[in-house]
Amino acid sequence: MPAVSKGDGMRGLAVFISDIRNCKSKEAEIKRINKELANIRSKFKGDKALDGYSKKKYVCKLLFIFLLGHDIDFGHMEAVNLLSSNKYTEKQIGYLFISVLVNSNSELIRLINNAIKNDLSSRNPTFMCLALHCIANVGSREMAEAFAGEIPRILVAGDTMDSVKQSAALCLLRLYKTSPDLVLMGEWTSRVVHLLNDQHMGVVTAAISLITCLSQKNPDEFKTCVSLAVSRLSRIVSSASTDLQDYTYYFVPAPWLSCKLLRLLQCYPPPEDGAVKGRLVECLETILNKAQEPPKSKKVQHSNAKNAILFEAISLIIHYDSEPNLLVRACNQLGQFLQHRETNLRYLALESMCTLASSEFSHEAVKTHIETVINALKTERDVSVRQRAADLLYAMCDRSNAKQIVAEMLSYLETADYSIREEMVLKVAILAEKYAVDYSWYVDTILNLIRIAGDYVSEEVWYRVIQIVINRDDVQGYAAKTVFEALQAPACHENMVKVGGYILGEFGNLIAGDPRSSPLVQFNLLHSKFHLCSVPTRALLLSAYIKFINLFPETKSTIQEVLRSDSQIRNSDVELQQRAVEYLKLSSIASTDVLATVLEEMPPFPERESSILAKLKKKKGPGAVSVNELEEGKREGGELNGGGGERGGDNSTIAASNASTPSPSADLLGLRTGPQVSAAPPSAGSLLVDVFSEAGVNDDGFLRDLEPPTESSDSLLAEGPGDSDSAPPSAVSEDAAPPLPESNELLNKFVCKNNGVLFENQLLQIGIKSEYRQNLGRMYLFYGNKTSVQFVTFTTTVSCPGELHPQLNVQAKPVEPLIEGGAQVQQVINIECLGDFCEAPLLNIKFRYGGALQNLSLKLPVTINKFFQPTEMASHDFFQRWKQLSQPQQEAQKIFKASHAMDTEVIKAKLLGLGMALLENVDPNPENFVCAGVIQTKAQQVGSLLRLEPNAQAQMYRLTLRSSKDTVSKRLCELLAEQF
Amino acid sequence: MIGGLFIYNHKGEVLISRVYRDDIGRNAVDAFRVNVIHARQQVRSPVTNIARTSFFHVKRSNIWLAAVTKQNVNAAMVFEFLYKMCDVMTAYFGKISEENIKNNFVLIYELLDEILDFGYPQNSETGALKTFITQQGIKGQTKEEQSQITSQVTGQIGWRREGIKYRRNELFLDVLESVNLLMSPQGQVLSAHVSGRVVMKSYLSGMPECKFGMNDKIVIDKQGKGGTTDDAGKSGKQSIAIDDCTFHQCVRLSKFDSERSISFIPPDGEYELMRYRTTKDIILPFRVIPLVREVGRTKLEVKVVIKSNFKPSLLAQKIEVRIPTPLNTSGVQVICMKGKAKYKASENAIVWKIKRMAGMKESQISAEIELLPTNDKKKWARPPISMNFEVPFAPSGLKVRYLKVFESKLNYSDHDVIKWVRYIGRSGIYETRC
Repeated sequence: MPAVSKGDGMRGLAVFISDIRNCKSKEAEIKRINKELANIRSKFKGDKALDGYSKKKYVCKLLFIFLLGHDIDFGHMEAVNLLSSNKYTEKQIGYLFISVLVNSNSELIRLINNAIKNDLSSRNPTFMCLALHCIANVGSREMAEAFAGEIPRILVAGDTMDSVKQSAALCLLRLYKTSPDLVLMGEWTSRVVHLLNDQHMGVVTAAISLITCLSQKNPDEFKTCVSLAVSRLSRIVSSASTDLQDYTYYFVPAPWLSCKLLRLLQCYPPPEDGAVKGRLVECLETILNKAQEPPKSKKVQHSNAKNAILFEAISLIIHYDSEPNLLVRACNQLGQFLQHRETNLRYLALESMCTLASSEFSHEAVKTHIETVINALKTERDVSVRQRAADLLYAMCDRSNAKQIVAEMLSYLETADYSIREEMVLKVAILAEKYAVDYSWYVDTILNLIRIAGDYVSEEVWYRVIQIVINRDDVQGYAAKTVFEALQAPACHENMVKVGGYILGEFGNLIAGDPRSSPLVQFNLLHSKFHLCSVPTRALLLSAYIKFINLFPETKSTIQEVLRSDSQIRNSDVELQQRAVEYLKLSSIASTDVLATVLEEMPPFPERESSILAKLKKKKGPGAVSVNELEEGKREGGELNGGGGERGGDNSTIAASNASTPSPSADLLGLRTGPQVSAAPPSAGSLLVDVFSEAGVNDDGFLRDLEPPTESSDSLLAEGPGDSDSAPPSAVSEDAAPPLPESNELLNKFVCKNNGVLFENQLLQIGIKSEYRQNLGRMYLFYGNKTSVQFVTFTTTVSCPGELHPQLNVQAKPVEPLIEGGAQVQQVINIECLGDFCEAPLLNIKFRYGGALQNLSLKLPVTINKFFQPTEMASHDFFQRWKQLSQPQQEAQKIFKASHAMDTEVIKAKLLGLGMALLENVDPNPENFVCAGVIQTKAQQVGSLLRLEPNAQAQMYRLTLRSSKDTVSKRLCELLAEQF
Repeated sequence: MIGGLFIYNHKGEVLISRVYRDDIGRNAVDAFRVNVIHARQQVRSPVTNIARTSFFHVKRSNIWLAAVTKQNVNAAMVFEFLYKMCDVMTAYFGKISEENIKNNFVLIYELLDEILDFGYPQNSETGALKTFITQQGIKGQTKEEQSQITSQVTGQIGWRREGIKYRRNELFLDVLESVNLLMSPQGQVLSAHVSGRVVMKSYLSGMPECKFGMNDKIVIDKQGKGGTTDDAGKSGKQSIAIDDCTFHQCVRLSKFDSERSISFIPPDGEYELMRYRTTKDIILPFRVIPLVREVGRTKLEVKVVIKSNFKPSLLAQKIEVRIPTPLNTSGVQVICMKGKAKYKASENAIVWKIKRMAGMKESQISAEIELLPTNDKKKWARPPISMNFEVPFAPSGLKVRYLKVFESKLNYSDHDVIKWVRYIGRSGIYETRC
């Protein structure tokens, strides 16, 4: 921009500004401005025409006053007049004023747009640039509407000057960012890509920003840019520092352009063309090599520019994740940065390494830096760097180094910054669980964790430790001993008391032999903490006490005394009071047998993946956890939605609550679920909890309903076929939306379980609870309105498309057409299996939300395996039948790679969830699983046998299914293969 | 209690900084500057809380005085102290300005040490302070004189020293009032009150006992009941209702509470005896009648008439009428019968000045305002027309009934004292909507 020449300097403006600067007080300044404004107003009054110079001067003054924070409500017209001037300075001031002060006054916008249009077509590059800058600076929708078509033309026109092209590219980028719908792709797009070949580096730099942005939306249209970018990059990288003259920055050739090129390449997968790829790899290698060279300058700008390119290159390498050699080299390079003097570099290195750690090629290489990272965690002064170090430790952790890393993180936790403690706690808990070889170590770690950072240990963490202790016979004794010892500390965290109460209540007998931890000592220890705890913990402790009565009859009188005391039996808290009263009565009335049955040891929890992982994800948002975990997490997340988080709550503990009282929340862990049963309409937030808490309580009743097929359900089902005959299913689904793309995935989620969240979006949550008996099934769908606005004309239809129709009979009871905001309605669906089937019935939901019609279709998770009856049989019987079903079409076999960790317990739980009986001691190889079951359909019964052979080394499974019907074998095989 | 006291110039530079308590750190000085003096928006509240620290400030011309505390103090007390501090400084070196403060900073620190001890306000009576904080130094004093100072400062009557002698015993009494008014265009009083001060200057020998009487309604009614009935009827009409009042520390409050009589031993020199406020039966010295007409989008005609509403024998002075103009004014023509009128662009107002005006008169101004069309649709808010003046009577109707002086030890009586009484009524915020 040419500087304002001396002769053209506006003296009046200079005087005004210096006056303002000399003002002693705010008041004086306001007075001076008022005076000036009055002067300008009288000048603009329009009696006599002003010349361009004074117009410019006054507009400048107005601009200055505006920038000082005063309102300007006139002078726009004069500024617009300046736009049509032929003098650069006048035009420039006019555009400046417009960019700063434009408001959407329709009248003026038209004038301004006219002026801009004139300038754009003027062929004078300076004026064109001014106009483009103005458009970009304002960047409003109106501007986009007026010029979105014009600018691409300027950009790709052959005769446009370089500087104008540069401006046009950036201007278009800005318009695209503000209103992408107005910038239409066209034939210019291909020509934009060719700007990468432009002679002028400035044009390339500007164009590449535009292309990067555009290609993120339409990757296919810009695919050709990859090879161009690679060749451009290789030219830059291989050039000597003097080649690019103006574009060399402290001896680094075109650093900005290089970074942008590398970033553009990150939008695309590795190039398929071998030559291009080879060239790119060469470039990346050169960049890595250059990092090793001694710096050409000591200036910080030199190393900054160099490192910027290097880090971009490394993220590209990570993005491609296909070049082991490069990945390892990148890792080594980052390893050097880990010990760099510069804090920023250390931070960046740690951050990049986190992503590197998740790549299978570089995982080992990353692990070699463990000492440095641990050191960083301990000594780094900046908390954000420490945080990154913790992230990296988490990412690089595997079975081999888990103990070391967990120990280090635990020891760091004692001094950790408060802002990252909670996250650290979660990470320790996850790592400890994930890589626990020996469960006593796991218990130790978690108890330590609670001791060190009790406040930050979330509920999930201690739920989890209890689940694991209960499911593992071998650690129960050890856990009891450890918590007993931990509780002896004078000050215990409440979470510790919770864990202690629960574990001693269950397994206190395992350590009762030792006189130092005799029953009474245990009880007194627990009770000494009682008064310091909050209500939920106290409730848990009361449950532990009643369990004590069962475990140690000698403590009965002491505990009854405690329960009888006024502070319990007359407690102001209803929950505590009720527990005290009920437990007291239970202990005094029930015989020992009854007591022993009611207060039996907890059954093992069905194995589920950790819920704490999901919590970590929620905390950090997606992308923060490494990729392979994310995949794992998806599955877990799904299951978690199915209630993993509230695990403790549903199936819960003390059967006593069901047997003796209607109190729904007497379970030990279900403290958080609050009052359950469908008494009150649940709020949207507790939808989930509600579905499952009911499942826990009503199980029996539900089954009873089904067992003797009652008249009503019978008749309903009998009517079924007639009804659907009259209305062919195609008619029903006529205007239904096509099933959601992810509905198959949703279906797979439910193969091995019956309850969970079927679907969820911003508006609606659909929970599902189902139960099957013989060839009949009943499914409860819970539609939860997540908004605060009611849904009207809510209708659902269930249809069996195509050939499913004669195989499956599905009857849906009508659902209320109105769902209030935050409310939940329930729909019952009765299912009868007539013959074996492969497809799933479709559920179509239509409703109006705020006037807009919502239409969605889902697959109902009804699969053939739901109608399994488990069959127990001995080894001999099994193999006899196995041989009977030896015809090739009766067998279906699949060999597949494990998509989840090969955990025996998990596999068992899944097979059980499938509905077949898991037969122990049948297969000669204890690693293998065999199952047997009969599928009940109305027409026939299909016996099925299953054999699953995991191969831990190869991470592969072989799944073999034999059944009396070939379609069944095939379908089951398909369904199951997705599960492991 | 006050933790520290800072004085800043208009730029926010610290002129005086005195910290009394440890809980006030050095950063408090900057906190106030950043958050109040240099604040983006003008800070209107005189009390600002920054990081659990309270800043109380007053502004005198371009000087900021700020008291800082971390405790929960009585805000009224702090402000009273700050005002007193201003009075003391004015009494010592005249106008509070940056230059004066810089020239007298030693004195100011000395004063601050004396009138504030560990954050607790001490004797801040100028008369008493002047006996031992002088700009000349106090070397020449004898032991007796020093002990006299001590006994006076620590004694019962801290505001007056003994042994004062005047050849001529004189008393000056000023009743200073300011009238505040907001009136609707139709002439309806929307709000009005008078805040007044009784300022005395006494040059009396010895330790005289004074008694001050005025036409306070309660006193008059009381006397009327106890005394002659016909007198009560006559004076009751002229008595005024005082809404609230405060006294100088020399007034015996117990006596005021029981008998409503104001008796005191006056300090020597000038002081403010009492402050009061009335809201009823106010004599409004001027009436403003505005007439604004918008002619099209680019022209405005304004006509304002003022009427004086007091005895024709009295003369009002320094009359100034301020007529606000719209923000898009591009030119103004004014015609007035009396005085001078001018459009002041820097203040966005037409200012009309009249030197003198007798009672029961009226005067008129008319102006034509040209406007520049703007693209702003906002309508002009029409701020009220304000007025300034000075009249030689008390608009509240307050009258001094007597001021008696008794000095039993010395041989002069009430009749020997020369007394001067003066009433001055000024405009406070005196506005009429248009």
